[in-house]
Amino acid sequence: MSTAVTSPALTAKDFATDQEVRWCPGCGDYSILAQVQKVMPTLGIPKENIVIVSGIGCSSRFPYYMNTFGMHSIHGRATAIASGLKAARPELSVWIVSGDGDSMSIGGNHTIHLLRRNFDVNMLVFNNQIYGLTKGQYSPTSEEHKITKSTPYGSIDHPFNPMALALGADATFIARSMDRDPKHLQQTLTRAAQHKGASFVEIYQNCNIFNDGAFEIFTEKATKAEEALFLENGKPLVFGASQNKGIKLDGLKPVVVTLGEGVSADDLWIHDESDFYKAQILTRLFDNPYKGGDHFPRPFGVFYQTERPCYEEVLGLQIEEVISSKGKGNLDKLLRGKEVWEIV
Amino acid sequence: MSRQEQLLQDVVIKFAGDSGDGMQLTGQQFTNNTALLGIDLATFPDFPAEIRAPQGTLAGVSGFQIHFSSNKVFTPGDLCDVLVAMNAAALKANLKSLKAGGKIIANIDGFDTKNLRLANYPDGVNPLEDGSLDSYEVIKIDVTKLTREALKDFAELGVKERDRAKNMFVLGFIYWMYNRNLDNTIDFLKEKFGKKDVILQSNIKVLQAGYNYGDTTETFTTRYKVEKAKLPAGVYRSIMGNQALSYGLIAASEKSGLPIFLGTYPITPASDILHELSKHKAFGIKTFQAEDEIAGIASAIGASYGGSLGITTTSGPGVALKTEAMGLAVMLEIPLLVINIQRGGPSTGLPTKTEQSDLLQAYYGRNGECPMPVIASSTPSDCFDVAYEAVRIAVQHMTPVMLLSDGYIANGAEPWRFPSSADLQPIKVEFKKELAEGEEKYQPYKRDEKLVRPWAVPGTAGLEHRIGGLEKQDITGNVSYDADNHQHMVKTRQAKVDMIADYIPLQKIDSGAEKGKVLVLGWGSTYGAIKSAVLELQAEGHSVSHAHIRYLRPFPKNLGDIIKNFEKVLIPEINNGQLIKIIRDEFLVDAKGYNKIMGIPITKGELVEAIKKML
Ligand code: SF4
Repeated sequence: MSTAVTSPALTAKDFATDQEVRWCPGCGDYSILAQVQKVMPTLGIPKENIVIVSGIGCSSRFPYYMNTFGMHSIHGRATAIASGLKAARPELSVWIVSGDGDSMSIGGNHTIHLLRRNFDVNMLVFNNQIYGLTKGQYSPTSEEHKITKSTPYGSIDHPFNPMALALGADATFIARSMDRDPKHLQQTLTRAAQHKGASFVEIYQNCNIFNDGAFEIFTEKATKAEEALFLENGKPLVFGASQNKGIKLDGLKPVVVTLGEGVSADDLWIHDESDFYKAQILTRLFDNPYKGGDHFPRPFGVFYQTERPCYEEVLGLQIEEVISSKGKGNLDKLLRGKEVWEIV
Repeated sequence: MSRQEQLLQDVVIKFAGDSGDGMQLTGQQFTNNTALLGIDLATFPDFPAEIRAPQGTLAGVSGFQIHFSSNKVFTPGDLCDVLVAMNAAALKANLKSLKAGGKIIANIDGFDTKNLRLANYPDGVNPLEDGSLDSYEVIKIDVTKLTREALKDFAELGVKERDRAKNMFVLGFIYWMYNRNLDNTIDFLKEKFGKKDVILQSNIKVLQAGYNYGDTTETFTTRYKVEKAKLPAGVYRSIMGNQALSYGLIAASEKSGLPIFLGTYPITPASDILHELSKHKAFGIKTFQAEDEIAGIASAIGASYGGSLGITTTSGPGVALKTEAMGLAVMLEIPLLVINIQRGGPSTGLPTKTEQSDLLQAYYGRNGECPMPVIASSTPSDCFDVAYEAVRIAVQHMTPVMLLSDGYIANGAEPWRFPSSADLQPIKVEFKKELAEGEEKYQPYKRDEKLVRPWAVPGTAGLEHRIGGLEKQDITGNVSYDADNHQHMVKTRQAKVDMIADYIPLQKIDSGAEKGKVLVLGWGSTYGAIKSAVLELQAEGHSVSHAHIRYLRPFPKNLGDIIKNFEKVLIPEINNGQLIKIIRDEFLVDAKGYNKIMGIPITKGELVEAIKKML
């Protein structure tokens, strides 16, 4: 089957279903859904060739609202189901929608293996740093000391750093975006879709019921410019309300500098998406702004991208090679084996 | 020198040695040699649990039993006629299963002080010398010495490498004893060591030395011969259970046109299916060694959803991990094969030993009302037919199917009159390709007369739809929490599975009358033992019949009628009583159990006794 465009151009509306969207009013998931519906028609993929597989959690309701093929599966296993689907049907465009609990707690194992195998799929992790569907327990991305229903005295769990985790698992594409920046999210989703290989996209998503404002310093006007660092390939790492701050590499150590005072944009760290070592440092710009110490803005955008053969491709190639060297399997020959005897 | 030749009908040999002694290979070679002569046979390999158990100890003993006969063979035999003991531990571990007056072929070198101590014989006691084996015929051979002797010209081989060929000496000797030729083993060695000439030549040399040893040593005055068995006419080969199962899957894939996707995680004793299927990429088979048991089944579900034949293979502990995903497959109503090669449980249990203790798990081991068809194989070659049937049921009834086999059949071998592909009934599969006339929207849970929903795979324009693990609204498949709908859907999923009874063969009586005193009702790998016990009692004139159930859920429609035709029902199982619970529940019959939970098969002898008590 070809994924080439055969039908008239689709619009975002073609990707909506007749199902009533059931997230809480004000939930960040609405914006993510809207951006995905906007991006899909631009990809030139017939909608019957798109499959969205989700696990369990608020985010995982997603497939019901997308007029493509979809499966709302079981907790943590969307990645494993998508792996089998992509292996069996490499021509499909497979998307995984998951949350922080689904992908990093119960499904953590499958997430890292999906990334190392580099299936050509897109994995969207809606990170709200809380368990929403089960009504408000801390998640593997919740910050330390967080007070939740299951941690009345504060969480003692050290949180995951999803970008570092994905890079550590040898992901070939990692990016971060947010629900509150539709344009950035659309661009990021498009990049993820275009990447050949497993694309890991962490999306900061506000759960206004159980963890409202978790990301507001990155998303709200008053603080966004100072706290969020937008990455662009080939461009220096510049941020700040008046774009007068930057990050410079002092050996392997990143330092925040102010432009002007003897520092020009040329001295700054130039973002290079293909640089694995720098990507590792980028993922570590992950401090808790309320904690004190060295403080860096949080990067958004594509941290890292590289090319590596995709699992499903090599799987298919191996079969082709065997068939071309040995010929197609012959059932009668197989059943007969090497040694037979006849009884008359 | 005068040599006698004695004709025998029935022989059981057990090859036993340290796990490094190559007894499995020796046994398999002797098996192939026997099979090629048209002699009927059954085998039973018996491995230690550890890959490298301490050398020379009882825990490290590896055995291979073969029963061959000019009559039909149904089991690997209760007791052996010949015990090959490569060391003291092998003798100690297996002496109890040697017939009175049986032969012991002992490798003297394996009975030195160190080996005797490792086998826990008291200081100074050597069974080969203290007269304790006087009731047996003991043939003492210094296999190690003779092997080294045979290889004295192979200067390039070290002592360790020379000693590794010991098993070939024994095999050569046994070939001589049973009047065989060495051709098939020489061919095998050529294939195995073709590129390493020295190893090849040394193995052949030792094999021949063993044979010549029998021929030239005057002490051995008798050779034995077992004639061809009177099996139904046809072309045969030897087959092992897991191999037959793999072939059944491949055949079903070819005959249904669905490519195989195996998502699995290695586990004893199921891994051989992964090994086998991954060899046959020429059939377009995709094998995926997943990161864990759950990913194994989940990936298979993904592949089935995409229109492949999704399969996952495992053993009991793996099934436990897969249960949630099985529930999803039941809810999605897509084809899927879950293959459980059972082993001793619970927990890690006895990984290398056999048991039938996962039947209730297969029946009930999922959350919610979650019916899944269950089908079981009864002999190594039967695994082929059962795998084929399991696929047929899964794809024609859109349901996950549980296939039960066990370690005993998985590793056992027997002659197989293999089918030709033309003999195999095609498996018809239809994907939904487009909306029917007048159909406005695809209704994923609209059912046909079998209560089966359509299979619409991604890539089919106009049939985009969403499915999942939440309760479905009837017909539309939309999420529904409606009370009446849930009751209706639970009942419908059950009815769909029950209705499979209309599409499977009726239960047959395997041997004996349709009516009578005792019915021995079995399932799975107890087939051979039950069959031989019942045949023996029938020959003595007793009113006893045997029925063996392949389709365990749903049961064949006439099973209840068969049961009611007998005064008493005996259900032998290698578990603590599982089928018996289901039979009592379903048919309100006062069945009795015979249960052995020792990690080994039930023997014919003990079953004869158990049945006699009921006659
Ligand atoms: S609980 Fe939170 S994440 Fe879930 S739908 Fe409501 S707002 Fe969104």
